Amino acid sequence: MYSFTPTEEQQMLIEAIHRYAENDVRKIAHEADENSEAPDAVIAKGWELGVLPGLIPEEYGGYAEGPGAITGVLALEEMAWGDMAITLKVWTPALFALPILISGTEEQKKQYLPLFCDIDRPPMTAALIEPNPLFDPWRPATTATRHNGTITLTGEKTYVPLAAEAERLIVYASDSETGKVDGYIVEKGAEGLEIGERNLLMGIRALPTYDVRLSEVTVSAENRVGGEEGTDYAAILNRSRIAIAAMGVGVARASFEYARDYAKQRVQFGVPIATKQAIAFRLADVAIEVDAARLMVWEAAWKVDQGEDVTQAATLARHYVNKAAMFATDSGVQILGGYGYIREYPVERWLRNARGLATFDGLALV
Amino acid sequence: MIDFSLPEKLKPQLQMTEMVAKQMMRPKARYYDEHEHERPVEFIKFFWPIMAGMQKASLERARRKAEQAKTGEKPEKEKKGPSTYFIGLMHMVEILSWGDVGQYLIGMFGGLGATAVEAVGTLEQKERFLSRFADPKAEPAWGAMAMTEPGAGSDTSAISTTAVLDEETNEWVLNGEKIFCTNGGLALNESNGFVVVWATVDKSAGRAGMKPFVVEAGTPGVKVTKAEIKHGIRASDTVSIVLDNARIPYDNILGSPEVRKRDPKSTKGFKGAMKTFDASRPIVAATAIGVARAALELTKEKLAEAGITIRYDAPPDELTAIERDIIDMEAELRASWLLTLRAGSMMDYGEPNALESSMCKAKAGQSSTHICQKCVEILGPMGYSREWLIEKLMRDSKIADIYEGTHEINQLIVARRILGYSSRELPA
Repeated sequence: MYSFTPTEEQQMLIEAIHRYAENDVRKIAHEADENSEAPDAVIAKGWELGVLPGLIPEEYGGYAEGPGAITGVLALEEMAWGDMAITLKVWTPALFALPILISGTEEQKKQYLPLFCDIDRPPMTAALIEPNPLFDPWRPATTATRHNGTITLTGEKTYVPLAAEAERLIVYASDSETGKVDGYIVEKGAEGLEIGERNLLMGIRALPTYDVRLSEVTVSAENRVGGEEGTDYAAILNRSRIAIAAMGVGVARASFEYARDYAKQRVQFGVPIATKQAIAFRLADVAIEVDAARLMVWEAAWKVDQGEDVTQAATLARHYVNKAAMFATDSGVQILGGYGYIREYPVERWLRNARGLATFDGLALV
Repeated sequence: MIDFSLPEKLKPQLQMTEMVAKQMMRPKARYYDEHEHERPVEFIKFFWPIMAGMQKASLERARRKAEQAKTGEKPEKEKKGPSTYFIGLMHMVEILSWGDVGQYLIGMFGGLGATAVEAVGTLEQKERFLSRFADPKAEPAWGAMAMTEPGAGSDTSAISTTAVLDEETNEWVLNGEKIFCTNGGLALNESNGFVVVWATVDKSAGRAGMKPFVVEAGTPGVKVTKAEIKHGIRASDTVSIVLDNARIPYDNILGSPEVRKRDPKSTKGFKGAMKTFDASRPIVAATAIGVARAALELTKEKLAEAGITIRYDAPPDELTAIERDIIDMEAELRASWLLTLRAGSMMDYGEPNALESSMCKAKAGQSSTHICQKCVEILGPMGYSREWLIEKLMRDSKIADIYEGTHEINQLIVARRILGYSSRELPA
C-alpha cells in the first residue's frame, strides 16, 4: 500500500537532525569551507545523533529495529541540507561499517560493528576512487594478488576521506587473476601503506581527503570483506549510490529554499523578483525536481529494505539526483545573480558541492 | 511508513486491464489513428459495463452518505485504512493509455461531466444525471465538460457564454460557443448524455459569476458544429458546441446560483471546478506516463532486436549515446510516475493535493512529450514511419502537456503555492 509519509520515529529523527543542521552545521559551514576544516565539536555532535548505530542490529551493539535504508536516506537528506561536507565527515565511518554490515563475515561483524556504536566516532574510512579521469569502480587498477593465506595490495587511491587519522580502512581492489573487486581491511601503519597529500578539491572543502598509495601491502586472507566468499561489491556500490543521492537531495533542497526566500525579498524594478514569471517558473521547476529526486531516492532505498535487486533503481536514482541537484544549485546561483557568485552567500558553495555528487562513487553519468 | 508497494487487492483488476490494453486496444491503435472520428466499437462494448459498474457503486455510496446525513447516523468507521480507489484508477488509466490513449479517452464515459456532478451536485441531481452512466445493461452514454471558448483558453475567467434566468418559465437560457469539448459529440449526438457547460450569470462579477450547467442531449438550440481533426489522440472525440437560446430547467445548475461579489464564498462554484483539477490532473499525468512507457518499451524492444541491450553499470567511457538516452528517459519516466502516484495517493488519504497535482501534471506532461520525441529520433527511419507506433505515440503524448491546464498554467500554480502568492501577487 503506497505511502509517502515517514513513521513517527523517523519524523522525530528528521526533526532532531534538522535542529542540528540548522543550529550547528549551518552556523559553521561557510567558515569550515573557507578554512578547509570543520570544528571537532560540531562533528562530534553530529555523530552523537546516532544515525549509524541506528542501522546496526542489537546483537552488534546498535539499535536497528529492521532494515534501515529508508531511515538512512531520510537522515542523510536532512543533514546534507545543513552542509554536505560536514555530513560526509560525520558519515565517513559508515564507509567502513556499512560494507561490513552488508557483506562482512560473522567474525568481521562481531569484531568491527560494535566499534561504530560508541559515543566516540571511530577513525575508519575506505579507499575506492583512483586518480584517473576514466576511473571505473568495476575495474579498479589497484590489484589484489593472492598468495598462501595472504594477499598483496598494490595501487594508488585518492579522495580517501580522513585517511590521515584513520586507524583502519577498506581498500577496494581487483583480484589479479579473476578481476573480481573485493574490499580488504588494511590497518594503519601497515608496511607499504603511505598516506599522501591532502587533495585540493573544488567543493566539500571541509572534508579532508587524501591520496593513498599501496606498495605491496600484505594483509591476511581473513581481511577480505566477506571472507572466502568475497565481497558483495554490487550491493555496497548500490547502497553507496543511494546514500550519496540522498545527500544530493538535501543540497538541492537547501538551494531551492534559499533561492525561494531570497526571490521574495529581493526587489528590482520596484517589485520582489519572485513576482516575475521568469523567476517564479524556474523556482517551480526546481521544486518539482527536488520532490521527484527525493521520491527516486526513497523508492531505491525502499527496494533495498525489501531485499530486492536495486542496481537499476540505484543507477536511475543517482542519475536523476545528479541532474536535479545540478539544476537546483545552478538555479540557486542564477536567481541570486551577482550575489550568487559571491562566497559570502551559500548558494555557490552548494553548486560546488553538488558537482561532486557524480564523482564520489565513480560513476559519472551526468 | 514509506511504502512503494501496489496494494494486493488491486492486482487482479489491473491484470485484467492489462489484458484489455494489450489484446483489444493496442492491435486497433493504428487503425483508429488512421480512421479519425470512427468509433472503437469493440472497446466501447467491452468497457462500458465495467465503467458503469464503477459508477453504480459510486452512486450508491452517494445515496448512503446522504441517508446518513439525514438520520444523523455517523458514517461507518473505516477500519481498513485509506481507500485505494484513486491509486487503482490511476494505475488503470496508465495501463489503458499504454494500450491506446485515444481509445481510452472514449472509454471515460461519464468523464469530466460526471466528475463535476459528483463534486458539487445534490443527491437529486446525482440521481437524475448519473444514473444513465450506472446501468451496465443499458446503452453506453457519455458525459462531457465544456469550459474552453475561442476567446477563453487558459484564462477561464474570460468565458462569454451567458446563462440568463427566464423567470416566467423558470428556465436558464444559454447562449455562446464552446470548443475543444472532449466526448461532446458522443454526449450530445450519439447517446443519452450531457455536457456540463460553464456560463456566466453576471459578467461584471468575474469568476463569482461563472456557474456550471447541465445541458442534456436533445436540448433544442444545442448543436455540435465541428469535430476537430487533430495532431494526435485521433480516436478521441473533440467538438465545438453552439448554444443558441438553449433552454434548460432551473435545477440543472450545479451549486448555488447566488452571485456575491467580494464575498470569498461566492467563488465557491469556480473553486469547485478548480478542485476537480486536483483529481483530474494526476489522471492526465497517468495517461502521459502510459503513452511514454509504451514508446520507451517499444524502443527498447526494437533495440534489443537489433542486438542493443541497456547496461546500467557500464563505465561512462563505454556507455553508448543510446544507452545514456534510455537511462535518462527511464529515470525521467520513473520520477514522473512517482510524483503522480504521490498526488493520487494523497487523494486516497484525503489530503489536500493541489500543489502535488500540478507538480505531477507539469512534470509528466513535459517528460512524456520529450521521451516520445526522443524515441522517434532513436529509431531513425522506422521511428518516423507510420508502420510502427512510435510516431503515433509521439503525437498522442503532446496533448498531455496542453489539456487540463497547460504546462505553463501548472507551473504558475506550483509557483504560487511554493511562494505563498495569490493570483494578484503572481499574475498569469
